[in-house]
Amino acid sequence: MTAPGSTLTIDARALRKVFGALVAVDNLTLSVARGEVFGLLGPNGSGKTTTIRMFCGLLQPTSGTASVAGYDVVTHGEAVRRRIGYMSQKYGLYDDLTVVENIRFYATIYGLQGEARETRIQALVRELDLSQRVDQFAGTLSGGWKQRLGLACATAHEPPVLFLDEPTAGVDPASRRRFWEIIHEFARRGTTILVTTHYMDEAERCDRLAFMSRGHLIALGTPDEVTRQFGKARVEDVFIALQQQDEMRSAEMGNRKWEIGGVGAQP
Amino acid sequence: MTHFRIPILHFRRLSGFTAMLRKEFIQMRRDRITLGMMVGLPAVQLALFGYAIRTEVRHLPTVVMDESRSVQSRALVDALRNTGNFDVIGDVRSRDEIRSRIEAGDVRAAVIIPPAFANDLKRGKQAQAQVIVDAADPLASTAAINSASLAARAAVARTPIDVRVRPWYNPALKSSTYIVPGLVGLLLSITLIVITSMAIVRERERGTLEQLVVTPIDKTSLMLGKIVPFALVGYVQMTVILTLGKLLFGIPLQGSLLLLYALSAAFIVANLGLGLFVSTIAQTQAQAMQLSFFFMLPNILLSGYMFPREAMPAPAQWIGMLLPLTYYLKILRGILLRGAGFTRMWPEALVLATFATAVVALSVRRFSKTMG
Repeated sequence: MTAPGSTLTIDARALRKVFGALVAVDNLTLSVARGEVFGLLGPNGSGKTTTIRMFCGLLQPTSGTASVAGYDVVTHGEAVRRRIGYMSQKYGLYDDLTVVENIRFYATIYGLQGEARETRIQALVRELDLSQRVDQFAGTLSGGWKQRLGLACATAHEPPVLFLDEPTAGVDPASRRRFWEIIHEFARRGTTILVTTHYMDEAERCDRLAFMSRGHLIALGTPDEVTRQFGKARVEDVFIALQQQDEMRSAEMGNRKWEIGGVGAQP
Repeated sequence: MTHFRIPILHFRRLSGFTAMLRKEFIQMRRDRITLGMMVGLPAVQLALFGYAIRTEVRHLPTVVMDESRSVQSRALVDALRNTGNFDVIGDVRSRDEIRSRIEAGDVRAAVIIPPAFANDLKRGKQAQAQVIVDAADPLASTAAINSASLAARAAVARTPIDVRVRPWYNPALKSSTYIVPGLVGLLLSITLIVITSMAIVRERERGTLEQLVVTPIDKTSLMLGKIVPFALVGYVQMTVILTLGKLLFGIPLQGSLLLLYALSAAFIVANLGLGLFVSTIAQTQAQAMQLSFFFMLPNILLSGYMFPREAMPAPAQWIGMLLPLTYYLKILRGILLRGAGFTRMWPEALVLATFATAVVALSVRRFSKTMG
């Protein structure tokens, strides 16, 4: 879809997703450049997860187009899947496999074989400081280690685009800091990263931010631009102001709020 | 771009498939429930069904009210006792006593021999004796009633008619001979549906299924890699039951085991498909378990596993015809007990193969939809 040589690795045009009577994502247009760390923010049910799931090919857009790594997500799903890494809140790990078995499994699924695969596993273990825990069962790891293992599995094939859906929920502060260092290291090497988060200190570590509310994009820009646009000191204040607005509108709409809050977030 | 459907998995697909296979085997090795169901369940069920469920000899506690007190009356009581269905536990004096003891529940049968019994026999008249059986449990009483009339006739008969019954294929009339081959089918069904559906639902619960869907693995490799290991579980379980059945109960293995294993493939695939189907309905592992067992009831009751289908009312027979176990039981008993060959068994095999194809196609479609 994108012209060759384009620096846009994620490109959404008028993207829309409807679940029955609920419009989860409406007229979303945004693009992310190569090597950017792009934060997607918004209250629960604002359509963040739905958006990320459409980019990954887990959901079909109702209308509009999206391309990832140069391929249309609907017509070239497999090409997209080869070029993306995806990590959800659940990390997608097998509790009864060890750390190295989890990585090896996903590396093999991504088509790595033999020597190349083992070399890549060694590199991941080193990069993500997992060497002390290679033979530990994933189920016995703490949140921070699970998250890191999840990242190792999602990046086994060195994808140019990485989607992280609330990757740091329930992870201790030290692990979160280390995680963001790793994320920025990936970005420096040219990986494009789209991340959703609830933590405002994390939002401020993104190159650019998009705020979503009720399926709409309501603000877009660097953390500085966004705070200036809403006349607030910090991203957190913007987020709180937006959330209050959202709740007020929900109250006006009465009972419909429940439909929206319930379905939009995790369809 | 034109897409060709290539029947053989090409290399890239094969690597996804083998990755799934290897992962499943590692997980299976570590999962005590799977191992338990594979080996433990057959052992427990064999003990239960093979030893506890006996339809041939009932050992009913019996009292005797012998008013004849003659050689002939004692011969009759001995004959009844020798059938194994009547355990004489005492004598009584009145019909009221019989009634009260049967009501109390410690006595299930009574033999009443009137005073005239011996004299009637001597004079060549028709002698009468009465056997009262608590028939609240018909299964238990039928065998007893049948054996009573046969035994009585034999004990006192003077007629020259000699009836000889020859029970073919199960000369000792052991219920285990009938039950154990059926147990292979029943346990395969339970295990495969439960294990398969739970394993898939677990992937969905843990979020690993979603993770796999965003990888380049194609759905065919994903599903095959997930399901094929359980076919092996089925064969291991089957082998365990047949081996234990042979060692503990002396089940005759008349026909070709190779043929049995070959025809079992269709039944195993059908049940893997059913497990996949259950996984598309159940949201949690607990639901998968419940649904699987819901599936089992008609299998136990209507397939002919415990009760002969010939004796069922038509609607029950129709439902039974929809169960793969019904056909597989015919194959199991046909090959194991009667030594039947493929020429006899192909219609059942064909039905099973058709069923397997249909249920797998349906489940795969449903499963693909749930994967988005």
